[in-house]
Amino acid sequence: MATVEQPSQPTMPGEPQADAAHGAGVRRRDFINIAAVSFAGVGAAVAVAPLLIQMSPDASVRALSSTEVDVSKIQPGQGIKTVWRKQPVFIRNLTPQDIQAAASVEVGGLRDPQTLADRTKPGKQNWLVTLGVCTHLGCVPLGIGEGENKGEYGGYFCPCHGSHYDTAGRIRKGPAPTNLVVPEYEFASDTVVRIG
Amino acid sequence: MSFAWAKPYEPKNNFMKWLDERLPVPRLVYGAVGGGYPVPRNLNYFWNFGVLAGLALLIQIITGIVLGMHYYSYAGGAFESVERIMRDVNAGWVLRYVHQNGASFFFAIVYIHIFRGLYYGSYKAPREMVWMLGIVIYLLMMATAFMGYVLPWGQMSYWGAQVITGFFSAIPIVGEPLRVFLLGGYAPDQAALTRFFSLHYLLPFIISAVVILKIWALHIPGSSNPTGVDVKDEKDTLPFHPFYTAKDGFGIGVALILFSIFVFFLPYSLGHPDNYVEANPLVTPAHIVPEWYFWPFYAILRAFTVDFILPAKLWGVLAMFASILLLFFLTWLDRSPVRSTSYRPAYKIFFWVLVLDVMVLGYAGQAHITPFTLALSQVAAAYYFAHFLIILPLVSKFEKPLPLPTSISHSVLHGEKEESAPFGLTRTGPAAAPAAAE
Amino acid sequence: MVRIIGFLIGLGFVGVLLISLIVNAVDAIQNPPVHTAEEEFHLEPRSAGFSWQKPWGQFDEAQLQRGFQVYKEVCAACHSLKFVSFYELEGLGYNEAEIKAIANQWAIEVPSVNPDTGENSTRKALLSDRFPSPYANETAARAANNNALPPDLSLIVEARDDGADYIYSLLTGYRNAATYRNEAGEPVPQENRPGTGLHFNPYFANLNIAMPPPIVSNGQVTYADGTNATVDQMAKDVSAFLRWTSEPNLERRHAAGWAVMIFLLVGTVLAYLAYRNIWANAKREVSIRGPLEPAFQQRMQDQKDERGIAG
Repeated sequence: MATVEQPSQPTMPGEPQADAAHGAGVRRRDFINIAAVSFAGVGAAVAVAPLLIQMSPDASVRALSSTEVDVSKIQPGQGIKTVWRKQPVFIRNLTPQDIQAAASVEVGGLRDPQTLADRTKPGKQNWLVTLGVCTHLGCVPLGIGEGENKGEYGGYFCPCHGSHYDTAGRIRKGPAPTNLVVPEYEFASDTVVRIG
Repeated sequence: MSFAWAKPYEPKNNFMKWLDERLPVPRLVYGAVGGGYPVPRNLNYFWNFGVLAGLALLIQIITGIVLGMHYYSYAGGAFESVERIMRDVNAGWVLRYVHQNGASFFFAIVYIHIFRGLYYGSYKAPREMVWMLGIVIYLLMMATAFMGYVLPWGQMSYWGAQVITGFFSAIPIVGEPLRVFLLGGYAPDQAALTRFFSLHYLLPFIISAVVILKIWALHIPGSSNPTGVDVKDEKDTLPFHPFYTAKDGFGIGVALILFSIFVFFLPYSLGHPDNYVEANPLVTPAHIVPEWYFWPFYAILRAFTVDFILPAKLWGVLAMFASILLLFFLTWLDRSPVRSTSYRPAYKIFFWVLVLDVMVLGYAGQAHITPFTLALSQVAAAYYFAHFLIILPLVSKFEKPLPLPTSISHSVLHGEKEESAPFGLTRTGPAAAPAAAE
Repeated sequence: MVRIIGFLIGLGFVGVLLISLIVNAVDAIQNPPVHTAEEEFHLEPRSAGFSWQKPWGQFDEAQLQRGFQVYKEVCAACHSLKFVSFYELEGLGYNEAEIKAIANQWAIEVPSVNPDTGENSTRKALLSDRFPSPYANETAARAANNNALPPDLSLIVEARDDGADYIYSLLTGYRNAATYRNEAGEPVPQENRPGTGLHFNPYFANLNIAMPPPIVSNGQVTYADGTNATVDQMAKDVSAFLRWTSEPNLERRHAAGWAVMIFLLVGTVLAYLAYRNIWANAKREVSIRGPLEPAFQQRMQDQKDERGIAG
């Protein structure tokens, strides 16, 4: 190795022609590097997707979409607790007095104004179907079982933070912001309620 | 860290400066895998496998944590929970295939990495500790992989647990009580499954800790290189970033393509059909084989068939453990001062025989036992031990190595094209290049 | 010291291995291994050429529905499908109402508890239910089947080598042991002929399977889509269906695989270009310029030759 010369000296800034070529080279190179790094970034972001969506409800949970309940044995004044999507559901057969009490309330003065008719099916006004989940922080209110505290308004009472619901399941007193949720349901027959 | 010319970390903005003064993590990263780590400039693609192994470990840990959210380590329901992951959990199937084939991916990378180390003498001074920590990682990986394979609670899981814990019963006197202790019962069952799950979750983090130690140990002498010649000055090296990060990026791309072929098109090819049958303590599968990465060791285990002084079973178990443990002593078994096998003409032959030998052991490990495959495994196992314990010390004593290049950037004697340091990276600058090339 | 100890250990292992080798070799010569009738008569599965077996392969939905019909009318009486849920039938192309009807009309009911008495009872299957098993437990299954256990079919394709091809071959592979001849033209040895309750099938590992031929005659199932229900067709369809049950996500896997491959290929090409870019300077070869350059020397030599100057 006798005479070795540098093949291409770095161009002097003073040489306009070489400088232009040099600059173009840098831009093209930068572009490829940036493209490669962005591609890796996009790939990583896509790879994160399955790691996250695995946490959302799986197919078996989603398939628990509907529950059918036989309500033929519920006498007026009684109620049952059933389960829909792993959440408690209250089904209550209201007495005429209950309906009377619910209907006599001035709707405009309620925290979450709804009439009993809004919350039941036409012709089936005595059947109150609500989620048994207090809208405050998710406790299960009392009042569906025989002899439980029904609260000051004869409906449900949540013992956790003292929310009182009336006979239409509407919030009347206490911290809960809205009425008990009425799930989607329908009467499959006169005696069978299909929730969901 | 390693070399005087390693660039110190210079914070680019005030925040990094503030952080660096209080918690010098940016400095640590910069020195470990950034511009502050000078790496020999002549590394070939075999040096990609360290980073690839790290990637594989990361993939396994991430997918494993996520799968752990859906798996239950209950003997009556583990198999079902895996099926739930495959069917019901959103994207569960891809997570499980990645984790399942990821174990094979990890081992394939690590095997290439180990043989790279064997060929280029990475176990020699001053990198003995790097090598030994690597063997520790490998042992931990084997334990992790074995326990992970038990978790789906299929037939192979169950009988694998039975057979592998059976190794311990080969130990005289304490063996059988030890086996019962490890399993928490007389056969694999709930107790074993739960503890395997717990340990399978724990060990990867211990592996990660050893990986950190290993990188630490590596950065004292710096990376080895294909010539095995020590780095002499700055023009022998390039900063890790951007040069080797770019090269690793390309390597990761290629590796992920190969990995994806298995995950998406051949997800069952490395598994065993019997593991899709739920564990049944009353029926043994017709042909018990471990996963492919254990085949060579399984062949060594099965090669001992004669009670000679010790029972054959004990010989097999001893030999199997010895076959890995002897790797710890490689530095002292190989006394040749030359690192790279490229310059060791005699040992080179034996090295490639070893590669072939391990493949033969692998074949013998998965084959049905016939007189032929048994003889094959015995010959191959004999060579394995002879290679490390007899041939390697003798060859290294008598072999005459080829002349080594005087420096990394001057390794033209052996056909490599001479390379110059890139502009601006040498202290002397391009003007000094003619002198440097001489 | 390490080398001496290592040398001795090495000699020990090699020695014991060589002793084992010799002992085994002698043994193999003295007692040459005999080929069992299983090896002589066992057949490898035939390929049925299924649509999904290529990397881009997808299921044939009509075939899956036919296969499901075969399962429902032929297999379901004995074989459970315990990891498959009714809602998964969406993958066969049924809509929710159809699946609800299938679940509601399923011949086997789901174990349940009578809400009034608390006693064990059964109820109609729901969308979210897994396919109910025909037998309450393994003992019941064995008792009803001459002590043979009909395996669960959810994962049967993955649990057998050659999967669907094996199922197809097995279903169409029943032969009469008395008249069967293997490739060498040998009859089945007496001890390998089926005993009572067993049936000769060369595709089965030990040649004698407890399952009676399930698909015996053309037209055993009347296909809703009018396909001619030959024995071969039914065996193929139900094998395809069982391939689906073992991995309902196969189509998604193939589709995702291609997307990932294309993305990775583009990304890897970019990564390669970026790598070459970054290394363009570092890997630059030093070329020799000047009088010693080989090309230059060649040119000088040529000129000399031209002018007739020697050497």
